[in-house]
Amino acid sequence: MGLLSKKDAALLTDPLADNNPITIQVLGICSALAITAELKASIVMAVSVMFVLGLGNVVISLMRNIIPSKIRIIVQLIVVATLVIIVDLVLKAFQYELSKTLSVFVGLIITNCIIMGRFEAFALGNKPWRSFLDGIGNAVGYGVILIIVGFFRELLGSGTLLGFKVLGDPIEKTGLYAIGYENNGFMLLSPMALIVVGIIIWIQRSKNKALIEEN
Amino acid sequence: MSKRTDSNGYTMIFAIVMVLIVGSLLAFLASSLKPRIKENERIEKQQNILYAMGVNENDESSANFVSTTVAGEEFAKYIKKQIVIEGDKISESDDAYLIDVKKEQANAKAGKVRKLPLFVGEKDGKIFYVAPIRGKGLWDAIWGYVSMDENMVVQGAYFDHKGETPGLGANIKQRYFMDDFIGEHLMSTSGDFKGITVAKGNNDPKNEDKTDYEVDAIAGATITGDGVSAMIKADLALYVPYFKSLKNK
Repeated sequence: MGLLSKKDAALLTDPLADNNPITIQVLGICSALAITAELKASIVMAVSVMFVLGLGNVVISLMRNIIPSKIRIIVQLIVVATLVIIVDLVLKAFQYELSKTLSVFVGLIITNCIIMGRFEAFALGNKPWRSFLDGIGNAVGYGVILIIVGFFRELLGSGTLLGFKVLGDPIEKTGLYAIGYENNGFMLLSPMALIVVGIIIWIQRSKNKALIEEN
Repeated sequence: MSKRTDSNGYTMIFAIVMVLIVGSLLAFLASSLKPRIKENERIEKQQNILYAMGVNENDESSANFVSTTVAGEEFAKYIKKQIVIEGDKISESDDAYLIDVKKEQANAKAGKVRKLPLFVGEKDGKIFYVAPIRGKGLWDAIWGYVSMDENMVVQGAYFDHKGETPGLGANIKQRYFMDDFIGEHLMSTSGDFKGITVAKGNNDPKNEDKTDYEVDAIAGATITGDGVSAMIKADLALYVPYFKSLKNK
């Protein structure tokens, strides 16, 4: 990449695999469980987090030298809450339909541990451009896992993808259902999200043994 | 980093300044955008009511309102009368659709008379009675509009929610759920109000039996579904006297 130095590029690519916020750092699990029953919701959440984390990291990074260390967590929380509320208000006024889809995610974004985690671990000690890259990288790493989980949960749980009936109609018994296939309703419940994430972690660590913790 | 930022005085001043800036920024935004947001909500109510009586732009599988630019016109065209039922008193008002159901429910709890709005629409020569309902889902409020004929047989329903889980409870606003209500009876043949229960495993997933007072539930959305059953039972029961009086005319 000509645009980015090697170190900067690593900020973007590391969180995608070997330092993934969900599978390695086990952050942001709450929202990964809550909203991955559908692929569409996963995608919306991934994009929203990318926006908030990229922007929030820049704001925190710009303020990093003036934030009092004693109340830094509160300051971070206020920054992310303010950003999210501003976006929510503006959407409500100018893009009402879109805001209806997103409003559910507002609370989930504010409480997302990845956002606080990146503010605290990275943006407080780095320059804005690097913080921005780190935010985008981590959001993408988070989003990828969300989308994988959402894909399997929607496919196996409802037999649809993005609302399209890819496996046939379960009530009219067409497609796969004609030969006795049944949707697994358990896939729609949160425990299965945890199990899917667990399987992803398993696969990832069996491919890259360096990730396995010693104890 | 200098030690300056660690002193108590600096911390206090920083906190105060930050709160002032953030607070006034948000207050300014909220109040300057309020008229637009209110207007959007007003149009949405019109769209919801029209949706319930079948004036919408649904395609094969997704639910679509009439566009915001024509919502006002269409509303005036299809809604013939807006009735407010207040105890025994029945009046007409062109702003009945702006009645806040949440406030009225609170009024009823406080022992006051609740205003019940009912919208009488006409489409293709058929009369629709559309009533608003409101209740609690798993996380937050759920609400909707149900259109009925004069026998309280459901002709259409629209549900919405504030914060139900995406992919689970949030699916009450999907076509496959809302359309199940169409044709369902709310009253038994003997004239008792039965409501409609969102039921699991009701042996009628294709929803062919329209007089079982049940529709099929959404997997993983038990509490939201119960909320839908409860708000239909509680809020539509209030309209029963009015529908009975229609018959005696």
